[in-house]
Amino acid sequence: MAGEEHKGIVLTEEQKRRRNARSVAIAVALAVLVALFYLVTIFKMGGNVANRPL
Amino acid sequence: MSLIEKDHIEAGALPGPSLAGVGDYLALLKPRVMSLVVFTALTGIVAAPHGLHPVLAAISLFCIAIGAGASGALNMWWDADIDAVMTRTVNRPVPSGRVTPGEALAFGMTLSVGSVLMLGLTANWLAAGLLAFTIFFYVVIYTMWLKRWTPQNIVIGGLAGAMPPMVGWAAAAGSVGLEAAVMVAIIFMWTPPHFWALALIKSDDYARAGVPMLPVVAGPDETRRQILLYALALAPLGVVPAFIGLGGLVYLIVSIIVGAIFVQRAWMVYRLREGESARRAAGQLFGFSLIHLSALFFVLLAEKAAGAPAFTAPFHGWM
Repeated sequence: MAGEEHKGIVLTEEQKRRRNARSVAIAVALAVLVALFYLVTIFKMGGNVANRPL
Repeated sequence: MSLIEKDHIEAGALPGPSLAGVGDYLALLKPRVMSLVVFTALTGIVAAPHGLHPVLAAISLFCIAIGAGASGALNMWWDADIDAVMTRTVNRPVPSGRVTPGEALAFGMTLSVGSVLMLGLTANWLAAGLLAFTIFFYVVIYTMWLKRWTPQNIVIGGLAGAMPPMVGWAAAAGSVGLEAAVMVAIIFMWTPPHFWALALIKSDDYARAGVPMLPVVAGPDETRRQILLYALALAPLGVVPAFIGLGGLVYLIVSIIVGAIFVQRAWMVYRLREGESARRAAGQLFGFSLIHLSALFFVLLAEKAAGAPAFTAPFHGWM
């Protein structure tokens, strides 16, 4: 037992590559969501954006 | 049978890190179905009396597409046991074990809720409600209930696939009108002959999976009769948009032509019942049904985009 080292789950190169791809896809999806909320906010407000007390 | 196989898939998919690639998650969205949804919903948005900024209309269309994809993911989650025994679907992400059922469920639910909320915020809550109804109808009424219970599964369940033009119309106009209902009716009547043509070819698959499709339950001859009846109802229905101020002269001509070809192909399916020619006739009807629906909605879309007058416009005051 002394020489054995518990390494947990070791990912293969393919699994690492797929996990990275999933992470990038999630990041892109979040960025798209931010952009969508921004665009909806701006275009829903339209000209009313200037309609505020100064 | 289904419960045992579902458990087997879940148990087999539990150990080990996820093997899912990004492409597997995209496949869960059923991109080919999604493309038809986008196309018909876009027609609904463009044909509606406009009240929505083009950017908001584009985001609404995106939400409708994601909602359709979400219902596809939930369908694949529930139907993994059926998909695993059908040659057409055995390589889908869940039955192949690349995506676990739990991942597909979470993915589908997240996108369902997200797309409905986003559509409500972007367009209006009528459109969001219709999208939520569409997802619910497809996943719960069709997938969970009708599909395994009755040979009328795709007749009633077809309503879910028919709804996108109405959702698009509601997103743009804030209401639903006769025109949107007619577009829904066309897809609704188109769905049974489209799927039954495929089911005639793949009836062994459906029988093996225990899905009570019409050819499995009532036999191929009755299926051929039903296909012909639906085709005869669909052809005149396809022309209706030209008479309610939705389609123009080009639409009238195209709808008559494609409707007549659809009936002719359905007649061939009805007449040719044996051997390779019967199989080919069903395949040709299935292939042409895609062209038929695409042609109708493409012309509607093109006419509206080009500002072509409705066919009935010169007769205003007469009709």
